[in-house]
Parts: sequence; structure tokens; C-alpha cells
Amino acid sequence: MEGTTADMEKMKHSSTESAPKELFVLAQQKEDTSEKISGPSRTFFQDARRTFFKNKFAVLSVILLIIIIIMSFVGPTMNDHGIDDQDLARAKMPARVPVLENLPIPGFEGVLRDEFKGSNVEEATNNAYSRYDNQKDFIDIEVLSEGDGSKNSAEVRATYRVYEAKGMEDEYFWLGTDSLGRDQWTRLWEGTKVSLLIAFIAALISLVIGVAYGGIAGYYGGKVDDVLMRILEVLVGIPSLVVILLMMLVLDPGITSIVIALTITGWTGMARIVRGEVMKLKNQEFVLAARTLGQSNKRIIIKHLLPNISGIIIINTMFTIPDAIFFEAFLSFIGLGITPPQASLGTLINTGFDNIMLYPYMLWFPAIMISVIMIAFNLIGDGLRDAFDPKMHK
Amino acid sequence: MSKLLEVKDLRVSFHTYNGEVQAVRGVNFHVNKGETLAIVGESGSGKSVTTSAIMGLLPKPQAEIKSGQILFEGEDLVKKSNKEMQKIRGADISMVFQDPMTSLNPTMKVGNQIMEGLIKHQGLSRTEARKKAVELLDQVGIPHPEVRINQYPHQFSGGMRQRVVIAIALACNPKLLIADEPTTALDVTIQAQILELMKDIQKQTESAIIFITHDLGVVANVADRVAVMYAGKIVEMGTVDDIFYDPRHPYTWGLLGSMPTLDSEEEELYAIPGSPPDMLNPPKGDAFAPRNKFALEIDLVKEPPMFQISDTHYAATWLLHEHAPKIEPPASVKKRMEGFAKTGGKA
Amino acid sequence: MVRYVLRRVVYMLITLFIIATLSFFLMKMLPGSPLNAEDKLSEEQKQIVLEKYGLNDPVPVQYVNYLAGLVKGDLGISFAFSNTPVTDILMDRIGPSAQLGAQALVVGTILGVLLGLIAAVFHNGFLDYTSTIIAVIGTSIPNFVFAGILQYFFASELQWFPVALWGDFKHTVLPTMALMIFPMATAARFVRTEMVEVMGSNYIKTARAKGIGEVGIVFKHGLRNALIPLITVIGPMAVSLMTGSMVIEQIFAIPGIGEQFVNSVIMNDYPTIMGTTLLFAALFVAIILIIDLLYGLIDPRIRIGGNNS
Repeated sequence: MEGTTADMEKMKHSSTESAPKELFVLAQQKEDTSEKISGPSRTFFQDARRTFFKNKFAVLSVILLIIIIIMSFVGPTMNDHGIDDQDLARAKMPARVPVLENLPIPGFEGVLRDEFKGSNVEEATNNAYSRYDNQKDFIDIEVLSEGDGSKNSAEVRATYRVYEAKGMEDEYFWLGTDSLGRDQWTRLWEGTKVSLLIAFIAALISLVIGVAYGGIAGYYGGKVDDVLMRILEVLVGIPSLVVILLMMLVLDPGITSIVIALTITGWTGMARIVRGEVMKLKNQEFVLAARTLGQSNKRIIIKHLLPNISGIIIINTMFTIPDAIFFEAFLSFIGLGITPPQASLGTLINTGFDNIMLYPYMLWFPAIMISVIMIAFNLIGDGLRDAFDPKMHK
Repeated sequence: MSKLLEVKDLRVSFHTYNGEVQAVRGVNFHVNKGETLAIVGESGSGKSVTTSAIMGLLPKPQAEIKSGQILFEGEDLVKKSNKEMQKIRGADISMVFQDPMTSLNPTMKVGNQIMEGLIKHQGLSRTEARKKAVELLDQVGIPHPEVRINQYPHQFSGGMRQRVVIAIALACNPKLLIADEPTTALDVTIQAQILELMKDIQKQTESAIIFITHDLGVVANVADRVAVMYAGKIVEMGTVDDIFYDPRHPYTWGLLGSMPTLDSEEEELYAIPGSPPDMLNPPKGDAFAPRNKFALEIDLVKEPPMFQISDTHYAATWLLHEHAPKIEPPASVKKRMEGFAKTGGKA
Repeated sequence: MVRYVLRRVVYMLITLFIIATLSFFLMKMLPGSPLNAEDKLSEEQKQIVLEKYGLNDPVPVQYVNYLAGLVKGDLGISFAFSNTPVTDILMDRIGPSAQLGAQALVVGTILGVLLGLIAAVFHNGFLDYTSTIIAVIGTSIPNFVFAGILQYFFASELQWFPVALWGDFKHTVLPTMALMIFPMATAARFVRTEMVEVMGSNYIKTARAKGIGEVGIVFKHGLRNALIPLITVIGPMAVSLMTGSMVIEQIFAIPGIGEQFVNSVIMNDYPTIMGTTLLFAALFVAIILIIDLLYGLIDPRIRIGGNNS
């Protein structure tokens, strides 16, 4: 203890010397400010919004999605090609965009380009010619390796100026054309519109049914809850994939059928979540207090329950939408969804796969589109989940 | 009496999103072999941070020991590497946490959780460790230890779990046991049992205990000495008698005054107004001044040093300065101090 | 415990019965028969064919026969491949699908757990962000898009693997990778979240206070607790493998059940469609049951029918 004591003695003396006598009087009691809340007060939703807008990825996703939605309406009108303007003479044209075609970025110059092999340069060149319609005048050959006569030792890179070869120097298909000569730009935006439409409608219907079902079960509880939950258990036991496939077989293919097939199973998740939340909330003090004060069921539901579960409903919906987009694409891909000449992202990707080896751009554009949309929705969903989580509010 | 642990001018800061939070601002204390030191204070006063620093368990990138020494048997723990600290933790210094419901691994048998430390620190074989674990469970008062050892934490009640946590902490006969509010989460009757257990164990093992609590009732029951913490500093330190019969710091008066007792029905509790300061921007002068009825002008300008009152008793308040006006504790607190004197310190 | 399992099995059979009934009557609503419009058959020949498929009986009789067949594992006879029982077709094709599914599930889960673990251990560090980005992309981008990328770059351009078809192990690499993306990303996200939570929990503090080293903390105390809830996402993973098998097998021309299903849809081969649907349903329901039982076995807190309160 000696050390500490000595230290303290020292401290005592040094401080005494520098402490002016006149300050040793009781201080004036000031208004106590320690209970003041620093910072402005915000409602929960203001906090949630603030947290959400701080999430750069989520905000970027929202902006991207808004652009995509606007473009899905505006895009098809930006050129004069219709969604089903077939013309085999201009089938499988590569993408060509004004301005971009003159820049050294591959992909939008309106040419087909590939490497060809042969035992010598001549053979390789001939392979290229036969591949590109024998339009020798419009094919540029660049020799990559001379070869020594053995099999596939020579390699040339051939660039086929398709637009010139077909006498369409003034045409621009921004994203190229498909195997029936239809403009991909137009079809891509139309397809995006259809896919988004299906997803939004399906998500909305699932939301309404799910919230109503789960809300009733949770709020009334008891026998009502028992019966509703038994039914739900049976429905949940049936794999939704099976139900969707069966429904698609029975119904005529089209937007309505896909929406029906998706909603018939899609609402159960929402119903379970809403029921759980309502069950939890209705026994909490503020609801009990409202009831004690004689508020009607309707008022309690609207004023107290809905605002508190709205966060979880919005989050859940944000994850239903990409699910629906995926299922639409999946169904169209396996031939059970949207049928030609209508386009959706699924049918476009399906067509793309048929041509993946020679015209991969037919796959890349719709594939990029669906990926961007899915990632954006998931990031927004994640952002909202954080935003509605009080722990994340800083 | 020799010093087992000595903390010198410890300063710990947390780097947060909003800036540097000075959680501990120059703390000095020591613990003698075999004694119990209680650290008392409101939540956020820095008592848990202090013990985390001793254990070397401060959350890594955020927390930083700005300065100071933690001498354990003469060796500075602040300078030790994580590997070296692992050898000390659980062996020489161990810890009991606040919430027994969550401080045990839910998917590991209770026995294995006790044996882990024994195998690691004492190099026992599994069979030996198992035997020791059964003994430990028996020692902390768990019936049928040979059955209980194979059970999972969820099969134990809260009080029983805290006994298991204590058994884990005692496994390697630590020289220092840190108990961080070990009874706060428990029912009152269970609290008393756990406190009795800890006292018994201390008698048997002669290990020193740092007992962190915000409950002065508990302090009177178990501690030899008391350190009162406020806003990252120790404001008063002394023996239990010093603190309960002769408190000098207005904050200690407040703590004693706000403690309900059986015979206090007719008088008002002396409550401390306001809440602890924001440690992001600690106030100038004495951190307690804004809540202090007896604050002097100098409190607003200059931090008070530690004044020594007796060999064992120190307090950091300008009221102890020779120029300070003579100020008596509030009447209700005074009455309470007299009450303690009559009942012998037991609240 | 035994009673619980029995009850669950009964529920499972009821679910399957509902699905069988549902699909039977739905199929009855559809036009289409084993008769091909192109085949010029006489009325007499048509009758013989219909008789063979039992399609001349009244619907209730057909239904009973169908259910009786199901009990014996008889799923009827394919319309498209005459004289071939659906069960045989499925048995023929289950091999490749099962192999791909198993490979994707095992490799995907292991990689996902590793990714999630790395992310959690280096919480908020560079590796965490990298692994989170991989996980977001993996759960968002449809597996057929992945299949396209893999097929184009690794088969068509780089020629490291065959473009399609079924053969040796090399043929399974690309489809397995395409299928495993979703389980991997799901596991990674899940393990990261769980692990971050577990590492912040009090019992980890207790373990640290015992002097356990970081490796022991992460693997012995952390990972085990973070992995148990992972069982709950096996359900969604299985669904993704089933939908995946349909598109991935189609893209890589793999003679599996999924490819068979898509072809049956194109050929209006209803008995095969129903058989496949039932198989998927049975698999799914069985997986859910196994998950529940497994969870009870692994997590000591919810040992089913245990003697604790």
C-alpha cells in the first residue's frame, strides 16, 4: 500500500497549490442537462429510412430498378422494330450501336468474330468462309499462327461485317436480332416488362392473401387459429414446385396462369410470418393497453398492429419478387411458361441457349438483365431488413 | 498482506463510429491475496471494462488500452501477448459472468465444459479431469454430480447453471476470481445461496475475488474493501466500514441513500438526479458535478485529486480540501449510516 | 420418439396421397392420350391401345387402379415410350441426377460453410466483403445463367471440360458447379450470420475466460453452434437442386430425371409427368422429415420426446 499512499500524498500537495481559495464555495445549481436527449428525435420509420439510404448498394439497386422499369416501357418504342417483326433475311445479326461501333470495345460493332483452325492458313481461312456464308468480300482475315501442316496448327481470326454483307449498312440492331430476325432490344425490354409484371402481381396477391390469412389466424387465435393453421400445414407440406408444375400443365400457358401458379403456393410463407408477428404483438403491453382503453378491433389492427408488422411484410415481399422472377424464367425455360411470340426473360434465355456456341450475345443480354434485377431486389431486401432492425439504427 | 494484483493509472478507450469513448480514465487500485474487493457503480461506469482489461478480453479492434499497468504477481498483463494471456486466463485468473442462462455452451455437456480448462492448463487426462469435474460440481453444491456431468446446460435451472459457471471458474484453483455481477440475473433467494457459496469457496481456496456489482446490499455481505466507480474513475475507496459508516464522496452518499432498507418507510429515498455523463465528451472538471447538489465552483473547472482520509480510505472530492466549506451528508443518508452502524453493516 | 416418428410418417403419407390424387385428376382434365395423331390407326387398333392403358374403364376405377399401382411402386406405362413402365424410365435415369445432386450438395455446403466461416472470423474485413459479395451473387443469379457462363467459357472457349452429355467424371464438373452455386451461397450467408452471432455470445466469452485458444474457440465452441441451424436450410437447397436438375440437365444434355421431365412435358407424356412429380414430392417430403428428425438428434436442446421439461 505504501507506494500508492505516497503517490496520493504527492498528488494532494500539487493540487492544493494550484487550487484557488475563492473557488471553494457551493456552485450555483444549474438546470440539470444530463437527461436532455442529444440529437433530434425521429420516428421509427424515419430512422429506418435513414439507415436504408446510408446503404449504398441498396440505394444503387433502387435507382437501377427504377431505370429498368422505366426502360421496359420506353425501350420498345425507342426504335421502330416491333416485338414480333420476323424477317429471316436479318436473322442472328450481332449487336450494333451508333458511336459505340467506332470505339475499340468489342460487342457493339455489328460484326461476328471468331478464331478458326486448320492445318494451314488457307484451310483455316476456308473454314472461316464457309462458317460465314462465303461472303469473302466482307470477311477480314487476320493470321494468328502460320501452322506447320499438322492438324489444327494454323489459326486465323475472322471478322465478318454482317451488316455490310446483307446490305444493311444503315440498320442498327442495338442488341442484335434473334434466330427469326426479331429485334433483341425491343424483345428484351418487352420481356423484362412481362417478367416484372408477373413478379409484381404475384407478390402483391401473395401479400394480400398471406397478410389476411395470417392476420386473422394470429389476431383471433383459439379455434380459428387452430383450423386455419391445420389447413396451412397441409398446404405447406406439398412442395410448391410440384404444385406450380401441375398448375402450369393444366392451365393454358400465359401470364395469368403463371401468376395463378405462383400465388397458389406463394402466400403461405407470408401467412406464417404475419401470424407469428401478430401473435407476439397482440399480447404486448401497448396492445393490451389500447384494448383496456376500449379501442375497437379495427382500430387496434390498423393503428397498432399493421404499423408494427409492416416492416416484416415489406421485407418478405422484397424477397418474394425475385423468387417469382426466377420461377417465371424457370417455367418459361422448361417450356411451361410464356410461349412465343410473347417474350419474357425466361424465353429469351431459352432462345439464347439454343445459340450459345455461335451467337452467345443472344444469351448474355437477357442473362445480364435477369441477374441485375435479381441482385438488385436481393440487395434492396437486405437493405430493408437492416433498416427495419432497430439494432442497426445509429 | 501482499498485493496480488495492482492496477496503475489504467486508461481504456473505445473507438466507435462517433468517436473515442473514454470508458476508463485513470484507475488505480490493488487486490491483496485472499481478500474480496467490490467494485460498485452504475452501468457504464467502467467497472466491467476494467475487469475485461485485466482478463485481456477487451473487444479487439474497438478497444484500446491507452496507458497504465496491470501488475499480476509483479508481471504486467498489458504487455503480455494473447498466447501468454491464454495460459493465465482460467488458470491464475478466472471469471464468472452475469447471465448464467447464456454463459454456458448450449451444445456441450456440462462436464466437458468444466474439463476443458483442466485438460488445457493442468495437463490432466480425460479420466482425471472427469474425476476432478465431479468433485467440483459436488463442491459447488450440485446434487448427483456423476449424473449431472453428462447433461446439457438447458437441463439445469438458472441458479444451478451459475454454480456450474463457478465450478468452471474454480477448476484450476485460480489466485484471482473476477465475478461480474454474478447474482444480478438470479432470484433473490438464489442470489443469497450463490453469495454464501462464493464466501465458502473463498474460505476453502483462499483465492482473491473482485466482485463487480451495482448492489450495495451485496457489497456489505461479501466484500472486505470497496471501490466506488463513476464515469471511468474510482471516486472513493475504502474498507466496507469506511464506505458504509463514513462515506465522504457525494456520489457514495447518493448510492447509499438510494438503497432501500426495511426501516426506511417513513423517509424519502435520496435519489441521484440525472444520468451518467456521455463518455464521448467527458465534462470538464468533476464528471459528477452536474448531478451533485454539493458541487463547488472548483468542481466545474478542475478535477478533484484523491484525498486520503485514513490508511485505508480515499475519496476524490474537493469537499475534503482544507479550504472547502464544511458539508454534512444529507439527513436521510446520515440516518442510514447510523442504521448501518447499529446492524453492523448488513443492509 | 418412436411415436413421434410414426406420426410424422403418417402425415407424410397423407400429404403424398393428396398430391397423388390431385395430380391424377388434374391429368384427367387434360386432353391427350397415348394415341398419336400422326399414327393412322384403325378404330379397332385404337381400342386395343386404350385397353392396354386401362383408359376404357370409368375414371373412379382408373383412380383406384392407379392408387393400387402406386402402393406396389407401379407408376403406369409411358405414353411416349410404349410398353415402358414409368418406374423403369425413372430408375434408368435416377443415377446421373442423384450423382449430380449429391456432388452439388456436398461440395456446395462444404465450400459455403468455409466461405461463411472465413467471413465471420474476419468480420467486416476484406475477406468478409468478398465472401458476402459471392454469396449475394450466388443466391441472386439463376443457376441456368451460371450454367450458360460455365458452358461458354470453360467448355466452348477454354475447352477444359466437355460441353455436354454424360460420361466420365469430367462431364459432371460443370453441371455440378452450376447446381452447387445456390447451396454454397445459401450456406455461406447462413453460416456467416450465425457465426457472427455465436462469436458475440456469452458462452464464447466464458470459453475465452477459460483460456481456450482462438482455434478451439472458433471450431469447438463456435462452429458447432453455428452449424446446427444450417440443417434448416437443407429444405430450400433440395428444392433448388430439383428445379436445378430440370434446367441444368437440359442445358448439359444429361440423361437424368429433370431432363426426362422436360421432355415428357414437350411430348405430353402424362404418366411420366405424374410419376416424376410424385417422385419429387416424395423426395421433398422425406427430406423435410429427415431434417426435423436430424435437428432433434443433433441439437441437445430439442431432443424429441426426451425426458427434460
